[in-house]
Amino acid sequence: MSADLGTGLAYQRKMPVWWWLRKRSYFLFVMRELSSIFIAWLVLYLLLFVRAVAHGPAAYDDYLDWAASPVLVVVNVVAFAFVLLHTFTWFQLTPKAMVLAVRGHRVPPWAIIGVQYVGLGAMSAFIAWLVLS
Amino acid sequence: MDDSISMRVGRYRPERDHEPYWQDYDVPLRPEWTVLDGLNHVKNELDTTLAYRWSCRMGICGSCGMNVQGEPKLTCATFLSDYAPGPVKVEPLANFPIVRDLVVDIGDFMEKLPRVMPWIIRDDDVTEIDGEYLQTPEELDAYKQFSMCINCMLCYAACPVYGLDPDFVGPAAIALAERYDLDSRDAGARKRLDVLIEHDGVWGCTFVGECSAVCPKHVDPAGAIQRYKLKAATQSVKAFLLPRGAR
Repeated sequence: MSADLGTGLAYQRKMPVWWWLRKRSYFLFVMRELSSIFIAWLVLYLLLFVRAVAHGPAAYDDYLDWAASPVLVVVNVVAFAFVLLHTFTWFQLTPKAMVLAVRGHRVPPWAIIGVQYVGLGAMSAFIAWLVLS
Repeated sequence: MDDSISMRVGRYRPERDHEPYWQDYDVPLRPEWTVLDGLNHVKNELDTTLAYRWSCRMGICGSCGMNVQGEPKLTCATFLSDYAPGPVKVEPLANFPIVRDLVVDIGDFMEKLPRVMPWIIRDDDVTEIDGEYLQTPEELDAYKQFSMCINCMLCYAACPVYGLDPDFVGPAAIALAERYDLDSRDAGARKRLDVLIEHDGVWGCTFVGECSAVCPKHVDPAGAIQRYKLKAATQSVKAFLLPRGAR
C-alpha cells in the first residue's frame, strides 16, 4: 500500500470476506449491486418475450406456459423486489449527482427525487392502460 | 451511572507482536469525558506505553480518528457515556496499516492528496501579490461545504472500496478536488478531471455512501464524487460528439 515509516513492521489488516454483513448500510449496498443481475435478467426475459411474439402464436403460447411455471414466478417475484430496491436507491442518488439551480436557488433534493417518482408513476399508468385496455 | 467504564484498546507493538491484540483498561466514566479523555487517562495514569495520535481536542485538527465500537470517529468528539456500561472497543482507523497501537500509517493518503492538485490553479499570471481575489457570498457558498474537510481520514476507514482496492484515490481527495473546481478563482478543473477520470479515480467509487455518513464535518464526499462522475461523463460525451474547438 504505502511506505510504513521505514520500519517494515507496519501491520496490514485484511478485509474479512463477510465485511458486508457487519453493517446495514454495507449490506444494502451489496444488495443494490446484486440487483444489477436481476435487471439484466428482466431485460433478457423481455427480449425472449419479443422473440416469442415474432415467432407466431404457438411460440407465444409456449412462452406464456414457461412464464407461468412456479420456478419462473418465484424468480420474477425476487427480481421485482430487487428492481424496486434498484429504483429506490437510484432515485435517492440523483440529487447527489445533479445540483440544479432555478433562478439562483438550489432545487431541494426532495423535489428532484419527487419528479422522478411522478415520471415513474405516469409511465407505469400509461403502460397499465396500454396492457389493460 | 457507573463510575467507571472498561475500554478495550487495540494494541500492536511491532518489535514484539506478530499481530494486534486487545488490552482492557478501566477508566473513570464522567459525563464530560470523551474517548480521547479516556485514552489520555490510560496514558497518564495506567500505561505509558500506549501510542495514539491527538492534538486539538476540539474536532479541528483531524488527528484523533479511530474506530470506536467499529465505527470511524473523532475520539475527541465521541463521549464515553454513549457506550456505557461498556466495554467500549477502540481500534486504529480501519483500512490503514497499523504502525503501533492506535497509530496508523497515513502515507498512502499523503501521497494521493497532492495528485488531485488541491490548490488554486490560475490560467493567468495574476497572483495574490497583485491584489485580492474578490468573491461574492454566493461564490463562497458554492464550495464552502467541501472546504470544511479536516483530512481526518474517517471516510477512508468507512469506505469498503478503499479497503478492497487501496489504489482508489478515495473520498476526501475527490471532495477536495471538487472544492477547488467549484471555486470561482480556480481554473484547474480540466487538469483535475484528467487525474480523476482514470480507473482509480471517481469510477472506482460504487457509492456506498458511508464516507458521508461518518464525516464529522458534513462535507459529503459521496455527493462530490457523484457530481464528479456526472462531470466526467459529460466531458466524455462532449469529446465524442463535438469538434475539438467547441468542447
